[in-house]
Amino acid sequence: MARTTKKKVVTRKKTAAVAKKPARKAATPRLVILVATRKGAWLFHGDAKRKIWRTDGPHFLGHIINHLVLDPRDGRTLLAAAKTGHLGPTIFRSTDFGRTWKEATQPPAFTKAPEGSKGRTVDHTFWLTPAHANEPGVWYAGTSPQGLFRSADGGITWQPFSIINDDPQFRAWMGSEQDGTPDGPKLHSIIVDPRDPAHLYFSMSGGGVHESMNGGRSFTTLVKGMEVVGGFDPANIGFHDPHCVRMCPSNPDRLYQQNHCGIYRIDRPSNEWTRIGKNMPKRVGDIGFPMVVHPRDDNTVWVFPMDGQSVWPRTSPEGKPAAYVTRDGGKRWQRLDAGFPESQGWWTVKRQSMTADTQDAVGLYFGTTSGELWMSRDEGERWTCIARHLPEIYSVEVAEV
Amino acid sequence: MKVLIPSSLLSYTKAPEVDASGATLAGLLADLDRRYPGLRFRVIDEQDRMRGQMRFFVNGEQVFDINHPLQPTDAVYLVQALSGG
Repeated sequence: MARTTKKKVVTRKKTAAVAKKPARKAATPRLVILVATRKGAWLFHGDAKRKIWRTDGPHFLGHIINHLVLDPRDGRTLLAAAKTGHLGPTIFRSTDFGRTWKEATQPPAFTKAPEGSKGRTVDHTFWLTPAHANEPGVWYAGTSPQGLFRSADGGITWQPFSIINDDPQFRAWMGSEQDGTPDGPKLHSIIVDPRDPAHLYFSMSGGGVHESMNGGRSFTTLVKGMEVVGGFDPANIGFHDPHCVRMCPSNPDRLYQQNHCGIYRIDRPSNEWTRIGKNMPKRVGDIGFPMVVHPRDDNTVWVFPMDGQSVWPRTSPEGKPAAYVTRDGGKRWQRLDAGFPESQGWWTVKRQSMTADTQDAVGLYFGTTSGELWMSRDEGERWTCIARHLPEIYSVEVAEV
Repeated sequence: MKVLIPSSLLSYTKAPEVDASGATLAGLLADLDRRYPGLRFRVIDEQDRMRGQMRFFVNGEQVFDINHPLQPTDAVYLVQALSGG
């Protein structure tokens, strides 16, 4: 496996060592794919070779599940961000891998507005991030419309977090509910620096990328180098539409981003993103939703391009599905489509619907809006369909327990 | 008073009709939430507005004000509106 030789610049305080994950744990972990869909959630329990997957589900049949995440700190707490077509949003919690679920007693909700003014309402919780390894039970949640929330009790009660939910400047950047993605503007990509629990990032569609060095007391924008739709002013943070931002586990100073307008990389402490997607084949382009980082190699990332031309079909370009990988930080890209349909494959893969495990070789997993779940056991060289006929897939996570 | 519960809330009440009390619709919902924790937030948002796909009927008439007064003999229906496929 290629490893970076780049000198790492670490300027911020270190309160915890970066967890160096071994290529393979002493005992082979059990892998569970967590699939959230528009009509419920499924768990796929894998064998040691990642070849046989036992289907467990549906959980919450008919509920809209935007994200299903396992707490890596205790290896047993599952949180599901849920709502239904009729009912308001909530969080469900399980500590026995979905055999039983209990509802949060206080789900994410905006502060009630003073009499006479119009307050905001959480439509759904979109994104869940377990906090730092040294903060057991702490979680962050991003909502639609854009809001940032925190739980300190493992997801049972949630409170608005930081100043951004009601800050006039942030509210202006968030725009109205018509300024976001088709099912509502979203706060996503909440990232916690493994070296420092107070160093946080989050992103908004729309509304840019933001960083805090002080545990959320204040944030600074991080959009330099990012492009916006032609004709709009990139100085207006509200025009920036990051789709998915990921931090490299092996090098927390390096982040990659799949944006509405290209693929980017940043190496901190630089504040400027570089559009590495310009090196993608022109006929494929560099538009898409997910961004997947390698667990041990900060030069390797995967994307799943979509057609962002004309009316934005958001499907695989020319109906030929493919992932792309770079192994040199974005200079060169390689097409990975072995096993996919060669034509008439009009797939859409949403921003939370593609992920990687930490095995050697790395396993990749993604789900389509047409309800197919695919994986690769060899870093994308060959793809296999695990499940078909699921509802529209909203997120795919892989848990190692 | 009798409160008719839609199927989407049976996971809370376990019954399609329950007894609850309140001098207003808001009071009734607070009582329902005491009996069935979490129910209120699924039908009323954090700004005390009725959620878009929920309807409230008192004695057969739809009401839109959460402070609508209630009598002990009133029949209250919580109804889910059509919400797409």
